[in-house]
Order: sequence, then structure tokens, then C-alpha cells
Amino acid sequence: MHTEKFPVGIAGVALTEIERQVPDDEPPPLPVNDALRVIGKPVPRQDARAKVTGAVRFTVDVKLPGMLHARILRSPLPHARVQAIDADAAARQPGVRAVLLVAPKDAVLRYVGAPVAAVAATTAGIAETALRLIHVDYAPLPFIVDLDAARRPNAPTVYQHGESPQLAVAEIPIAQNLAITGNIRGPETQGSRGDIEQGFARAEIVVDGEYRTQTQTHCCMEPHAIVADWRPDGLTVWMSTQFTAGVRRELAESFGLKLSQVRVKVAAMGGGFGSKSQLGAYGRFAVMLSREARAPVRLVLERDEEHLDTGNRPATWQRLRIGALRDGTLTAISLQEFGTAGVGVGAGVGNFAQALYTCPNFSAAQNDVFINAGRGSPMRGPGNTPGAFAMEQAIDELADKIGIDPLALRERIDPSPVRREERRIGAERIGWEQRHKPDAGAGPIKRGIGMAQSLWGANVYTNAACEVRLQRDGSVLVLSSVQDLGTGIGTILAQVVAEELGLQPNDITVHIGDTDFPAGPPSWGSQTTASLTPPTRSAAWQIRQMLFRQVAPRLGVAPEQLIAQDGRIAVRDDISRGMSFREAATGLRTDAISATSARSDDYGGFRRHAGDSAGAQSDIGGVQFAAVAVDTETGAIRVERVVAVHDCGRPMNPRLIESQVQGGVLMGIGYALLEQRIMDQHTGHMVNANFEQYKLVGVRETPPIEVVLLENYQGQSATDAYGIAEPSNIATAPAIANAVFNAIGVRLRELPMTPSAVLAALGKLPLRS
Amino acid sequence: MTAVSRRLFLGGASVAAGSVALIGETRPVAAADEPPIVGPMPLPITLTVNGVARDTSAAPNATLAEVLRGPLDLTGTKIGCDRGACSACTVWLDGAPVASCMMLAIDVGGRAVTTIEGLAKGDTLHPVQEAFIAHDAMQCGYCTPGMVMSCAALLERMPQPTAEDVKTAISGHVCRCGSYPHVVEAMLSVGKS
Repeated sequence: MHTEKFPVGIAGVALTEIERQVPDDEPPPLPVNDALRVIGKPVPRQDARAKVTGAVRFTVDVKLPGMLHARILRSPLPHARVQAIDADAAARQPGVRAVLLVAPKDAVLRYVGAPVAAVAATTAGIAETALRLIHVDYAPLPFIVDLDAARRPNAPTVYQHGESPQLAVAEIPIAQNLAITGNIRGPETQGSRGDIEQGFARAEIVVDGEYRTQTQTHCCMEPHAIVADWRPDGLTVWMSTQFTAGVRRELAESFGLKLSQVRVKVAAMGGGFGSKSQLGAYGRFAVMLSREARAPVRLVLERDEEHLDTGNRPATWQRLRIGALRDGTLTAISLQEFGTAGVGVGAGVGNFAQALYTCPNFSAAQNDVFINAGRGSPMRGPGNTPGAFAMEQAIDELADKIGIDPLALRERIDPSPVRREERRIGAERIGWEQRHKPDAGAGPIKRGIGMAQSLWGANVYTNAACEVRLQRDGSVLVLSSVQDLGTGIGTILAQVVAEELGLQPNDITVHIGDTDFPAGPPSWGSQTTASLTPPTRSAAWQIRQMLFRQVAPRLGVAPEQLIAQDGRIAVRDDISRGMSFREAATGLRTDAISATSARSDDYGGFRRHAGDSAGAQSDIGGVQFAAVAVDTETGAIRVERVVAVHDCGRPMNPRLIESQVQGGVLMGIGYALLEQRIMDQHTGHMVNANFEQYKLVGVRETPPIEVVLLENYQGQSATDAYGIAEPSNIATAPAIANAVFNAIGVRLRELPMTPSAVLAALGKLPLRS
Repeated sequence: MTAVSRRLFLGGASVAAGSVALIGETRPVAAADEPPIVGPMPLPITLTVNGVARDTSAAPNATLAEVLRGPLDLTGTKIGCDRGACSACTVWLDGAPVASCMMLAIDVGGRAVTTIEGLAKGDTLHPVQEAFIAHDAMQCGYCTPGMVMSCAALLERMPQPTAEDVKTAISGHVCRCGSYPHVVEAMLSVGKS
């Protein structure tokens, strides 16, 4: 270890220096982005050409010789016991090569879409025909698909006495040992602190509200897809996954293979948003079918299967009570929550109410409610997204009740200097000064402005490594198993290496998405860039040191006197003395030199670190402002403008970040206004498992979105970069809800904020029961 | 669900099903002539794709998207919903954008099919493709080929589109990553150049 001085603070606002202890095999600190050539610049996406020409290969495009096509038979009933299952006719069908009985006699199926059997055949058509030849005798059981109804004492239960739900959600820690009563599991009280009774006793003002958020589905454009090729000497899998290294581990454990016998690959990846975190049941089926049929098996889910059985954002009911003094000081926050992740767990609302604002007394009671619907899974800002919808409205309501501006209240209760700056910038851009009192507009179209804040942990996955290889012809390879969901991590890695070696990003060849390379991090939790760019820079820096040592004698100087810049290796004090990077590489003693580096701990230490997952000292976040127009005659809400001000440590590529923030905002608008899984209470079916009635934001609902990025330096790693994906989604719905309140003077506490909900709130339609 | 197959239904109804060129949103429209009853076995067809006549065979219920992606190995065309609701599978039929998942391959006949692979002239990209790259009008890229095809068709018939024109052209496209702002930005820049 040695001491280095790092820039800290917000560029353009206040920058100072801090001393950190740095491992000796890691590079010196980077200056702020202004002083860099490639990092922090809007470098074009490396695979953009392949994407616009259709050349890029997704998992659904993989074709292998002799490849079979698989389909899954799914439960038509929300709750049933399999009394008999007969797949003989299907197995005898010409072209059918393997049949897998997933739900044998006496198996209990707990939701419509639960897998019953799987078939692999020479064509998808034959596989589909074979599914219809599988005879299943289902004994229907009582079911419940509604969150409120499932909480009632006499409700049919999803799990009977002695049965237990699966208590795992990707790698998110889930509280164990919670009591299950009827369909309710909980309460989980983690995060509670202080004395809540005393806090409310001190309060001069209390707001108390109930909020509801809906089930949202991920709707990745590329369906869940896998091509599994089981061979005697090992297993190769192409999979649309957010974590190649994790899927390899799951496959090795599930099938009794060594890690060296399993290879997981993904080239392009058509979106995940949290739903492609694990191998999943369908992944296991494909591998089992391949092993049975002794042929590669392709399994691509259909759009309805995507909605039913690949995860979702759990629906929630929240009651939030906040006590405060008249000056805004918070004295107590009480959160009661019941959420449903279907037959699964993990329907809590995160740490948003617990951690965003200064308040000595906090109590939480969060519960999972089981219903007969597909399992929930993490989805962009899991927990905190529904949590923010309630909390940020409650804070606005509190400001209203106190009689101060919502921004002024947040100045008093939010300790973050980063968000203070973000509020200042956002308020200026949106024109906060012109904001009128609630319901002040004339005419049927009412306009309003609102804002909300975002909070997400600055996560780091420490089991993350990257190899950089320089070859004798001057070409540079970057190798990691990390996968690109569409964020552009490959481009960012090229930037990091190019900066270090004095090259251009296009000089760098990035090979990722293959577990034959060093294990990269998962692409979830907004941690890919934070986890992988520091070791990538370290490896590139080590390559540079090796190259300097070999080149220095040719130039008659010490290695320390050399610099790498503008495609040359030159003497620092006389840059006319030197040679091209390529020429320097030509003199390597071996065909290639290579360095592999793994993520070290943050230089200032982590806040938490368990297993491979760590949390940085700071949070990441952002503040969003929305301007809306509400048609009080039709009830339609139109988002007219969004200003999104965000921080992610050192921004690595502002263009890619802008794309991602826009995506987060648009997913947030869909959550606020359009998206909703609708369950038929009488049949237990999702009635809109498609893209026609499950409404996503299109270009017509897309407002102008201004993205502003702070450079927030903390001196924590070789790149000091953190993530952006989740925070960009968290603040949008509450910002819109607060803007709607400003427009019409009525608060909408339920998502989605549909036209009928608006009309009901205005008293123009009867309230829904 | 798998119990009832839309594809079987489509296969049976193929004598009446068809597709015509679409402007803006993609949607199915009935065709006029009644072809002879064929199937259920695959039958030989010739498709003119990207200027080349390609002999292949297709089951009567196979969609154009399936035949392009399968036997013709043109996997740039993507299937997102397989029922005309997302436009990821957009190709040109005689120069106009259509949802290739809503059209049976046997109904294409002699009409010229242009896919994303046929848009560039050799190494020279279509201006829309260049603009998409310059403006980062994509993230995961799965909806991108279809989006490019609709945008390029717009530019072919309207060299200076307004933002409103672009929105009309891509209003049937679903992009879960949210690339719409950059797509519109890209199209406005290409219209200016």
C-alpha cells in the first residue's frame, strides 16, 4: 500500500483532495474528467454498427447443427394438484426427442403458467403439437390472486401447512425465519430505530396516507432464451442472462459438473431489468432436455410466458405515517407494508423511507403476501421504486401541511450535499420559480410541476476480474465474462484501457460475455461499471508498466521516464523521442503480455461487505422534476417534460448514461401511468399477458427528457465510477404524482394513475372499491 | 398459452389472411385474391429478398419472419411479440414497412422483401443507420433493426421529416430500453444533412 491524493467533491461546485491508501499494483489516481482524453467523453457504442445492421447475434439467433426446439406446457389453472399425467403419446410423436415431466403426479401447481412439462423436438411446431398430446388430469384447488383478499383470515392459502415457499430472490438477502400466518409472511422490521411512540408524541404535524402500487412486468424485448449443448466432455450454454458467471456456477452445482466443464456465453443481450438474473427453471429444463436428447436444445419463451413466469415487480400496499415539527424537522416515520411477489418472497419496499431523510425514530413492518401468481423478481430499483412513490408523496404532503415549499422542506431534512446541488440544478431547469399553487390553472387542462428524489446503494461486486492482453502487433484485447444488457459496458472498458495506454477506444478489442474469460460481475444492482472498470484500469496500467520496462532500454531511458499518449510511447521530458505504440509492441519478447486484475476494496473501505457483494460508503441517487398536463374532462395525464439530475461517481460515458437515464425515466412513466398486470379474480388468469393490453410507453408518450450529470468524486477506486440504472427509474413516478397534485390539487395514491383514477379523484366517477 | 395455437388458426385461415404495405403503425389488412388451398406440408416458394431470388420451402402457416430467420438465416429481423404488437420484426415489402410476423411467407409472392441486412449498400450504411450510431439511438439493440427499417422507409419518402413525422413512423414500435428520444434526435439530424 502507498498513499495517493485523490480529487473529492463535485466538479464545478467544490473540489478538494483526500489521501487514500492504494494497493501497490494499482494505478495512480485519475484526475477529473476534464483532464482526460477518453474517459468521461461521449464515445460511440462499440457494437452500434453491428446493432444497426442486424449483424449482432442475440441468444435467439444462435443456431447449432442438429439443434432441437423446446416448448413448455404450463398450468392452465391458478392452483391445482396433478392427479395424473401421461406423456406417452407426446413421446411417440415423430420428431419428438425428449419429454420432461416437470410436475409429476401429486405435484401442486400454484399459478397459471407454472411449468408442467417440457418437450424437445426437431421443429418448434412438432414440440408445440406434442404439448397438446400430454394429458394432464388437474384437481382444482381454491385460489386467490388479489393482494387484499389474500390477507383475509379465511382466504384460500397458497401454501398449506408443511409446505414452504422458496426463500431466495437472486442474490438479494431475504430475511429467514419469519413467521407465516395464512398467506402472510412477516413482519420484517429491519431498519427500525429509536422510539417511534415518543417520536409521534413530539410531532406537531402528522401526515398519514395509504398508497398502492401495481405489479409491473419486465417486458424485455428479447424473451428469455437459452441454447443448451450438453456433451460428454462438458456443457456449453448460450443464454440471455445478466450474469454469465453466476449461471455457470448454478449449472455446475445443479448438474454435478466442474466449473471447467461449463461454459456460458452471451453476445448481445436484449434487456433484462432484473428478470434474467438466474438460470431459472426454464434454463434447467433446456439443459435436461439436451442431456436426454443428446443434442443442442433451443428454448425461447413466448411473450405470454414472459409476463406469466419470468418475474415481475411486486405489487404493494403501504401505509406511511410521518411526524414532524412545525419547522419541518422529522420526528417519526412509520412504514407498514404488505406486498405480493406472487408465490415468491421479496415484496418489500427497500430502504427508501428508512434512509433518505434524517429522522431519529423509524419503524418498519413489511410483509410478503402470497397469491396464486408468478413469482416476483428484482426489477430496476427493486423495493425503492414503490417505496419512493409513497415516501416522496408523503414528504410533499407534509410540506403542504406545514405550508412550505417541498424543496425547502427537503433542504432541512436531506443531509446529502449531492442532492442539494441536484435540486438546485433541477429547479432552475424546470422553472420551479414559476410553479403555481395546487389547482391554480384555468380551463379543463391543468398543468403542474413536481419533483421527487432517488436513493440507491452504490453497490460493488468484488468477485469481478478483467484481463488485458497486448499482442506483438500492437492490438489490445480486453477479456471478461461480463455481459452487456445494452448499457454499453464493453465500450466503457475500451475507454478505460484506451485512456491508460494512450490509444483510441477503437484500437481496443473487447471480448465479453463468455465464462472462458475472467469472471465479471453481474449486471444488476447498478454495479457493473463500479465493479469492473477499476480492475480493468489496473490491468491496463500493469500492461503499460510491462511495456515501458521492455521499451525503455531501446530509448536509453528509465521506464519511469516514459509516457503513453496519442498512440505513442515517448520520453516524458522530450516527447519527440519515442516510437509508435505499435512499434513498441513489436519489440515484445513474447507474442503477448497479459495482466489480470480483480476488484479491490474501495480505498476508503466499504459500508458493508458480505460474500461477493459490497456497499460503498456513499449512496447514488438523483432528483427528477416533471411537468404534467392533466385533462380534467378525460382524466388523461400527459407528461410534458422531465428534468433528471443524477450522480454516479465519475461519469464514464455521458452519452451512454444519457441513454440509460432516459430509459429509466420512460420505464418510470410507464409505471406511473400505463403498466399493470391485470388478474381475473374468477379464473386466476392474467388477462393482458401481451403487448396490446399491457401498455408500455411508446414514442407518443415520450416527453422531452433533459439529463444532467454531476461529477461526484470520492477517491474510492481506480476509476471512482458507480452506477446509474436503478436510480434513474426510482424518482419518476412520485415526481409525476407530485406534479399531478400541483396541477389538480388532489393526490393520487395508487398506481397506475389512469384516466379513470384521475376522474374518480376529481369526483367525476364513483370511487373504485 | 399452449393449449390453443394461434398458428394453427392462422394456418387454417391462410386463404383469407394477408398483409399490405403499411404507413406508420403496423397492422394487418385483408387481401383480395383467393389463392388455392395448400398444406399442411411445407411447399416450395421463392422469395425475393434484398434483391436476390431465394428458393426455400415454407409450411403454409409459417410467417415471413420465421422463414427469414430460419431457412434464409437472416436473423437481423427480430421477433418480439409474434402478433403484430411491437414492430420489432419490421421489414420492407416493395419498399413499405410491414410486420413480418403478421404475414405468411406463402403470401409474399413476387414482392420485393428488404430486411435490415439489405439496407446498407455494401460497406456504406444507410444514412439512418449512420445517424442511429452517431446519436446512440439504441441500447440493447433488439428493437433496433425494426426501428431502423421504419425510419429508413420514412426517410425514403420524406427526406426532411419533422419530429411529428418520425413519431408517426415509429408509433407502433416498442423499445423497453427507452431509445425513443435518441431515435427522434437521430432522424432530425439526418433530415438536416
